[in-house]
Amino acid sequence: MGPMPDYGLVTALLAPVYTGYFQDSIILWRHHRNQGLSAVQFPTIARLLMIPAQASTDFVYPHRHLLSIEDLTPADINGLLDLADKSAEINRDVRKKRDTLRGRTVINLFFEASTRTQSSFELAGKRLSADVMNMAVKSSSINKGETLIDTAMTLNAMRPDILIVRHHAAGAVELLSQKVDCSVVNAGDGSHQHPTQALLDALTIRRNKGRIEGLTVAICGDILHSRVARSNIMLLNALGARVRIVAPTTLLPPSPERLGAEVFTFMEQGIEGADVVMMLRLQRERMTGSYVPSTREYFHFFGLDQEKLAYAKPDALVMHPGPMNRGVEIASSMAELPRSVIQEQVEMGVAVRMAVLEALSYQLPKE
Amino acid sequence: MNSGGTSRTGGEQATIALINARLVDAESGRDEEGGLLVENGLIKDLGTEFRRNAPDGAEVIDCGGHVLCPGLIDMNVTTGEPGHEHRETLTTASRAAAAGGVTTMIVTPNTDPVIDDVALVDFIQRRARDTALVHVHTMAAMTKGLEGLEMAEIGLLKEAGAIAFSNGRTSIASAQVMRQSLDYAGDFKALIVHHLEDADLADGGVMNEGEVSSRLGLPGIPAVAETIMLERDIQLLELAHGRYHAAQISCAGSLEMIGTAKTRGRPVTCGVSINHLTLNENDIGSYRTFLKMRPPLRPEDDRLAMIEGIRNGTIDVIVSAHDPKDVDVKRRPFSEAAYGAIGLETLLPAALRLYHGGELELMDLLRAMTINPAKLLGLPSGRLTKGAPADLIVVDLDTPWVVDRDELQSRSKNTPFDEARVQGRVLKTIVSGRLIFSDGRFT
Repeated sequence: MGPMPDYGLVTALLAPVYTGYFQDSIILWRHHRNQGLSAVQFPTIARLLMIPAQASTDFVYPHRHLLSIEDLTPADINGLLDLADKSAEINRDVRKKRDTLRGRTVINLFFEASTRTQSSFELAGKRLSADVMNMAVKSSSINKGETLIDTAMTLNAMRPDILIVRHHAAGAVELLSQKVDCSVVNAGDGSHQHPTQALLDALTIRRNKGRIEGLTVAICGDILHSRVARSNIMLLNALGARVRIVAPTTLLPPSPERLGAEVFTFMEQGIEGADVVMMLRLQRERMTGSYVPSTREYFHFFGLDQEKLAYAKPDALVMHPGPMNRGVEIASSMAELPRSVIQEQVEMGVAVRMAVLEALSYQLPKE
Repeated sequence: MNSGGTSRTGGEQATIALINARLVDAESGRDEEGGLLVENGLIKDLGTEFRRNAPDGAEVIDCGGHVLCPGLIDMNVTTGEPGHEHRETLTTASRAAAAGGVTTMIVTPNTDPVIDDVALVDFIQRRARDTALVHVHTMAAMTKGLEGLEMAEIGLLKEAGAIAFSNGRTSIASAQVMRQSLDYAGDFKALIVHHLEDADLADGGVMNEGEVSSRLGLPGIPAVAETIMLERDIQLLELAHGRYHAAQISCAGSLEMIGTAKTRGRPVTCGVSINHLTLNENDIGSYRTFLKMRPPLRPEDDRLAMIEGIRNGTIDVIVSAHDPKDVDVKRRPFSEAAYGAIGLETLLPAALRLYHGGELELMDLLRAMTINPAKLLGLPSGRLTKGAPADLIVVDLDTPWVVDRDELQSRSKNTPFDEARVQGRVLKTIVSGRLIFSDGRFT
């Protein structure tokens, strides 16, 4: 295939030149691969060339999937956030339904139980008039890879337009995306990525602080197992925030400083002067001696309470991706503070997912 | 410096002047005739000018030209409290300590119940404050119940006053648990003190594996059981970031590993027991169970290596490894008898054997029993400096005597030095400025 003067493609290829925050080589490789122009993708791009930019907005989302924040340029992210701002307005209307995805099929394929992410995606699809189907798959412990691909091929044969996938194994969603003809949204893969969570967090911060660039964001808790943390570190870095991660060493990934964040093992130091304090969920099975000795010790040293929050800026936002373990990573009273934006995060979740579905729809085959 | 542990401050006290002394301090290298002033539990001043002159109104103690040095700090003391008070209580152990010149003892968590909870650290400290003659600090359990499976509440325990963390006299078998514990403790700057013994290799062994065990027909514990564990731990320090102290090494192989790790800048320190510096496997003789201990007494070459380790600084600390056991568990066939030997009261006289035998300098011995453990544990004592706690001992280096186990202060009498001829003993013990032991009597 020859060179194609596609606006989106050009943006994507040039973007790394502008972004100092990402590890350039990785993103460049990612973009090449993402634009790797398989036989399946080619008609999509060819069609794009013939279609002028969307009338409603000058933002063109240049990818077929949303798999990782790593694939997005700052322009992509800002475009999605702008779009989500509009969706947020729609969600506050009496009539919340739009025609954007009329006739399209969206399948929620969740290999891992989820309440809020799945319902958030479901609602987002329905408000855009898509036909939404929920599939909860109990994955067998044997031959996971085979099951995953088989399921993907089966669903693919049903000709959906967008697949929303959560899986307990890192990289599983990307593997699945290589096997299907439709667009794929990563709704969480193992400890790897949860891009829509990072987008909704960014939107919440932007709406409350008016900006992201220059803010100090402290992400606290189980960084090691957290896809939310990995996505957020990348996104916040891409938009010019100062990111800190705060956890005991046992809950930090190896070489944490290489992720683009300052590392702290004490809460008080880690959240000192922060504009945003983002708490992560600690799963119960990790509190009994293998990663941290006990719930009470974890809460004592890493649980967000009034005393520790006093180290952050007076107007610091308190965030949590949910569901919260009250009395473990966060004191009950913290969630009810006026500057706690935990409920707003849930609201922005629907808006961001509508924006993502809409952005992906630009690339879907047209009538 | 250290908020935990017990401290005995005598309130308003008159100035005490210790005159006519030979001041010996390993931190500064001082070894000179002089005197020392104590006020309010602290060292107020010291130097040659106080050799003969005491300030007006001071209570004068004439040291008779004997050595005046910091009280000893023993990092490895097991008592029976709580759980086995018939073997030893904090009170009886502290009497043995005072009589032996040990002014600070660190008690290990292998009691019943195990010291793995904040309330138990608190219990030990209150009991020690109310009943012990010397300073007592608590070493808490690294893992819950010392089972080696789940980390204990290291942060909360440290806040409660635990001075270090150990797994008692068992090793952590799981490399993963050890790694996580090192990492987690490292965040809190907590010292991990690890016993070195591969449980499978040592299983069933009752003494060092070698010619002697072969002749005695006893199952042995190879030195490799120690070095395998040490090597693993040192390798783990490449991944984890905690401070690591090998509780007791006993063989030349371990010494070499520690030396290499130190050269490479790893945060590794180690201790050796007085038993392994002064005795070897031949001393077991005809199945003397008071010499059955873990790690086991090794061949003479290993003992000589331990001496060299103290001399060149590879080994940081000398401990008594005090482990009281009653006759019921000791007066048995060797293979069925309990492990362990008492040592608080004989620590210094046994160490002075090395001094009199020309094997080690007095300064080398004192360094490993005063300033080195103080620095490792973050204690302000262990040194003769203005403002340091007045934990002091007066030592007669020369007078010969014979150890009689029935005269020792410990409730259990399992000393490996019974009937041993030794030279030198503690004349006076001062804790926080209070004279608690003087010329064979508690005051």
